[in-house]
Amino acid sequence: MNATVKNDPELARAARKAAQAQRGLLIGRIDGYISIFGFGWVTPMLRLANGEDPSAQLKALWRGLGIPLASIILFLGLWAQMAPKVDTSLGAIPGPAQVAEAFGGLVDSHKAEREKAEAFYERQHARNEARVAEDPSYEPKIHPYTGKPTYFDQIWTSIQTVFMGFLLATLVAVPIGIIGGLSPSMNAAINPLVQIFKPVSPLAWLPIVTMVVSALYVSDDPLFDKAFLTSAITVTLCSLWPTLINTSMGVASIDKDLLNVGRVLRLSPGVQVRKLIVPSALPFIFTGMRLSLGVGWMVLIAAEMLAQNPGLGKFVWDEFQNGSSSSLARIMVAVFTIGIIGFLLDRLMLAFEALVTSRAQR
Amino acid sequence: MQGKTTDISKRIAGTCRRVAALAALVCGFGLPAAADNLWPEKETLTLGFIKLTDMAPLAVAYELGYFEDEGLYVTLEAQANWKVLLDRVISGELDGAHMLAGQPLGATIGFGTKADIVTAFSMDLNGNGITVSNEVWAAMKKHVPMGADGKPVHPIKADYLKPVVQQYRAEGKPFKMGMVFPVSTHNYELRYWLAAGGIHPGYYTTGDVTGTTDAEVLLSVTPPPQMPATMEAGTIFGYCVGEPWNQQAVFKGVGVPVVTDYEIWKNNPEKVFGVSAEWAKKYPNTHLAVVKALIRAAMWLDANGNANRQEAVKMLAKPAYVGADAAVIANSMTGTFEYEKGDKRDVPDFNVFFRYFATYPYYSDAVWYLTQMRRWGQIGEAKPDAWYDEVARKVYQPEIYLKAARLLVQEGKAREEDFPWDTDGYRAPQTHFIDGIAFNGKTPTAYLRKFSIGLKDDVAPAQAGGN
Repeated sequence: MNATVKNDPELARAARKAAQAQRGLLIGRIDGYISIFGFGWVTPMLRLANGEDPSAQLKALWRGLGIPLASIILFLGLWAQMAPKVDTSLGAIPGPAQVAEAFGGLVDSHKAEREKAEAFYERQHARNEARVAEDPSYEPKIHPYTGKPTYFDQIWTSIQTVFMGFLLATLVAVPIGIIGGLSPSMNAAINPLVQIFKPVSPLAWLPIVTMVVSALYVSDDPLFDKAFLTSAITVTLCSLWPTLINTSMGVASIDKDLLNVGRVLRLSPGVQVRKLIVPSALPFIFTGMRLSLGVGWMVLIAAEMLAQNPGLGKFVWDEFQNGSSSSLARIMVAVFTIGIIGFLLDRLMLAFEALVTSRAQR
Repeated sequence: MQGKTTDISKRIAGTCRRVAALAALVCGFGLPAAADNLWPEKETLTLGFIKLTDMAPLAVAYELGYFEDEGLYVTLEAQANWKVLLDRVISGELDGAHMLAGQPLGATIGFGTKADIVTAFSMDLNGNGITVSNEVWAAMKKHVPMGADGKPVHPIKADYLKPVVQQYRAEGKPFKMGMVFPVSTHNYELRYWLAAGGIHPGYYTTGDVTGTTDAEVLLSVTPPPQMPATMEAGTIFGYCVGEPWNQQAVFKGVGVPVVTDYEIWKNNPEKVFGVSAEWAKKYPNTHLAVVKALIRAAMWLDANGNANRQEAVKMLAKPAYVGADAAVIANSMTGTFEYEKGDKRDVPDFNVFFRYFATYPYYSDAVWYLTQMRRWGQIGEAKPDAWYDEVARKVYQPEIYLKAARLLVQEGKAREEDFPWDTDGYRAPQTHFIDGIAFNGKTPTAYLRKFSIGLKDDVAPAQAGGN
């Protein structure tokens, strides 16, 4: 059969065309996923490789990759030009090169800290052995490394904190939102409180949360650090509103016929919520959650600054306090890190949302 | 087999050593023989500090492994400000912290947050300065007497600031200065300096917790690291703060340090290592171990005529500790102080960590802070001399300090003559104040009567008047 195809140029061309069309379809499907993560510009490259209409692809590539890259380069150029002209008491504002250098410094100190940690554990072992020899009743314990958290440890702490706060916010906001959406009178009761608390800044919540956590969270062997809890709960308080409002809006806008069907079928309230209400309101709920996570990430940095939670916010505050000649560059590294992680979190939620809604709609 | 014998012999050796240590302890102090061993009860500690060079003993004890030598695994954590630091010591998130000398006292008598905080280790002497903005300095310099070399004669008194303050007030501009905390050394030193120059810094009253009643200069709280930036922004015209934030102003060209606290009161006590009373009671051996490590660190900092200071500067310049540029930290840590740009003078005792029994927690130091709290109205009514002594004894715990020192001497890590074994806790009357008024810790009430500006006996702020 292969031989026939090869021998007949007409047939071979048709087969190639068919394969190309097949690949084109596949690319279209991939595009749906990758464009969510901001890699939409890969598609025209794939299409180009697939031999599809080059001029259209090049145009798409220019718009998808060329223009954004050009704008980034323009931004970097402007920044590099302007930065040295702004003289602060900590020296000139660092340009892109100094910031890249500061990032390199943070990576180096991360590596150095890991080496110190190993030496720390070795010393600890030796010390424990010596002590057991002297005092046999002693049960040697291995204490975690006591050095400073590195930049990457701090990023990880921040991500954990924001997800903890976000999780709490979702757990609180979705049920309240559903109740508010189902009953107009409940909605009337909840609404004024939401309107009042929604605009409150994390910096106003923080002192209250700090005092409450200190008073209520008393334990000899705490599971979480108090500072961690304080920051997470502050994130919760500031980020639950978008989810709450969207959920109740989504629930309120469900087709009344659908609810009536549920009533006719005599579904129990639990089943109604699970099978009818939540699935139909899901797109709204997810949009709310996406907004919440964005708010939470923004709020977290402020909360960490004051709650002493060892994340990115504390990093920025400590560097500001250091006031050394490299502090500004390090803070800028943090600014970019915060921005990029915020962007990724948003994309993550978008992907999640797309996944869930497309399934719910099916 | 063989392991077992060595094991036993080691055990015997260990017991012998402990018995010897114990015997020495009993001889030295007549302590009950109950202290069986001195292993720390709690091995993982988190200690707080504020980004100032006088946190150095903590950084040194960590970096040189003195904490680990005592079997302690310590995490050092920079705190956002003094209030957060104190609250976290009270709540138990921090096991102990680098504190302002006034903080344990203020907390114990209930000015601000009420809590029982104790200290067995005084961290350093001196180390602060008062800086004014370039503009104020230009106005003030006209009045400052100049030496033969064309440079200002030090110490510069607040008398020369007075005309500037009067001019600002005449123009309807309130004259504002910054200090770091209501019970901070800096607040009392700034007030002392201003009052010695006839400028009223204001009283605290029950209705005025900001301490500006009758004030000619309004003092407000600004965290140390933000001082230069706040002054540059024009919110304050000067401040009193620890290093490196005075030298920072010189480096950045935003202000001029006019006087150091060494000139206001020679060898004044500055920071202490504070823990909650409850913590100290629960973990006596841990407390002892921390004090031992800190004494060794302080000794290292002052050893061989400050020979180790350059190395200490390198440690402190790390972002996790003070984090300012090494050149800025070095200025004061290595015994020089730059006033006006280019006017660098030798101040070998600018930062004292161990000499002159700097680490011993003297009751008289506590009493001085209490007198200043009374002088400015933070203590609402007159107290008898006995009260000052009682509070000092409650907060300052030299017994623990001496016990730690004794152990170090026995281990061969410290010298007998470096500690004031026989003191009753009161220094001899001190005379080196900028206004020449002598301080005797045993007679606080009489001491307060000597000041023309300040509360004394039972005079209320309204009656005491000001201007």
